[in-house]
Amino acid sequence: MNYSPQVLDHFRNPRNFGSLEKASGVGTVGNAVCGDVMKLYLIIEEDKEGKEVIKDIKFETFGCAAAIATSSMITQLVVGKTIKEALQIKNKDIAAELGQLPSSKMHCSVLAANALAEAVRDYREKKNKK
Amino acid sequence: MTNSAKNIYLDYAATTPVDSRVLKAMQPYFDEKFGNPASIHWAGIKADQAVEEARELLAHSIQANPEEIIFTSSATESNNLALKGVALANKSKKNKILISPIEHECVLNSAHWLETQGYRVELIPVNHHGLIDLVQLEKMLDEQVLLVSVIYASNEIGTIQPIKEIGQLCQKVGAIFHTDAAQAFGKLSIDVNRSHIDLLTTSSHKIYGPKGVAFLFKKNGIKISPLLHGGGQERGFRPSTLNVVGIVGFAKAAEIAFSDLAQESKKIKKLRDQLISKILSTIPHSYLNGHPKLRLFNNINFRFDFVEGESLVLGLDQHGIAASTGSACSSPKLEPSHVLTALGLTPVQAHGSLRLTLGRFTKPQEIEQVAEILPQVVSNLRAISPFKS
Repeated sequence: MNYSPQVLDHFRNPRNFGSLEKASGVGTVGNAVCGDVMKLYLIIEEDKEGKEVIKDIKFETFGCAAAIATSSMITQLVVGKTIKEALQIKNKDIAAELGQLPSSKMHCSVLAANALAEAVRDYREKKNKK
Repeated sequence: MTNSAKNIYLDYAATTPVDSRVLKAMQPYFDEKFGNPASIHWAGIKADQAVEEARELLAHSIQANPEEIIFTSSATESNNLALKGVALANKSKKNKILISPIEHECVLNSAHWLETQGYRVELIPVNHHGLIDLVQLEKMLDEQVLLVSVIYASNEIGTIQPIKEIGQLCQKVGAIFHTDAAQAFGKLSIDVNRSHIDLLTTSSHKIYGPKGVAFLFKKNGIKISPLLHGGGQERGFRPSTLNVVGIVGFAKAAEIAFSDLAQESKKIKKLRDQLISKILSTIPHSYLNGHPKLRLFNNINFRFDFVEGESLVLGLDQHGIAASTGSACSSPKLEPSHVLTALGLTPVQAHGSLRLTLGRFTKPQEIEQVAEILPQVVSNLRAISPFKS
């Protein structure tokens, strides 16, 4: 099994890892039994036009190199985007940006897309409570 | 990653490089002495002599007779031949097979296949170090047990089983005893008579011999059916043209392994123990999987909380260090190691394990480098992990 140079690069030099204390939304997905847990932290602010923009994003991941690389890649892909734009990013897009994943590791890209959706859902839930 | 001078290989349990002395011994059998040992002319005779000399040397290395050695292509094949061969040759007699839960996949899956053929397979419990529970085994051994198969020393955690005691218990009830010694052969002194072993699997490429050659020891009188049917080679138990080059190399590798055993095991064990104590004392939340004493002299299996094994392996690879999470054969799978979960580790704990296996060419300065680099790799991954202490 060979990882692409992009996967190895994101694994070796992960972008945006860590946590955000004042996150507007947090999404945790995966299962430690399967060996992958991904946690995404978002800071979302409304711009002048009232659009909700992802201002900052960080990740924490327990898992294989593909899980770490997909986490890192999604943070890069969505930062600065509106929620609407960010949610249009599919797992296949993440894999494509990483120069493809081994087939046994495609589920990692699904996990990354799910973590984002979960963090947005958490943000909306918190917002509605206000 | 290419093999440059700064690369460090600590995956000797996966495979070993061919020793230059072995390669030299093999060389003439590629061209000069290329004959088929089954041929009756001069070319065949030369090849046949080489095979029979190798057979004798390998037999004597485990106190067996030459006619008790069946050459095969791999430890996987030997294990398949042992389990399925016994089952097929002894149909409608006894129907129970006992195996340990920490067998290599080729034993586990052969046993599972035999379940589909009407055999009952039961797992012998192991303790948290991976040692067989002899009291339980004795209770499980009844007159319905046809075969018991227990790995001599674990490929993942290195734990060495009380083989002689297991052999004695099997003998008492007339169960056939097979042991997979793919990792033990060449690293431990083995006596098939003293340990009451009926069938024993070995492998060449684990002891600095070539890949693609192995043997199954089958004690005289033990009945097995062949899995392949063809010409009469290996007394019909394993027809195929013999891999003369491989067999010659295997015998040379065994000769070196056994003549240097005392010295080599002492040297490697010292390096192993240095690395274990250095890592356990410098990395918090680190543990040793397997038995602290009863383990192969070259095996280390660490467990680190909050990180995952594959990322550890790739993190080390970045520094030129070759290691593994466990059995190389199970790398593409996502499930945690069945060996580690059998010890009672949770799946999360099992996922955080790393196997380092030392060998003949491991240098003290390499061990020092690994002791420097591994804590950095673990700490980098822990910084990314959502789990913290």
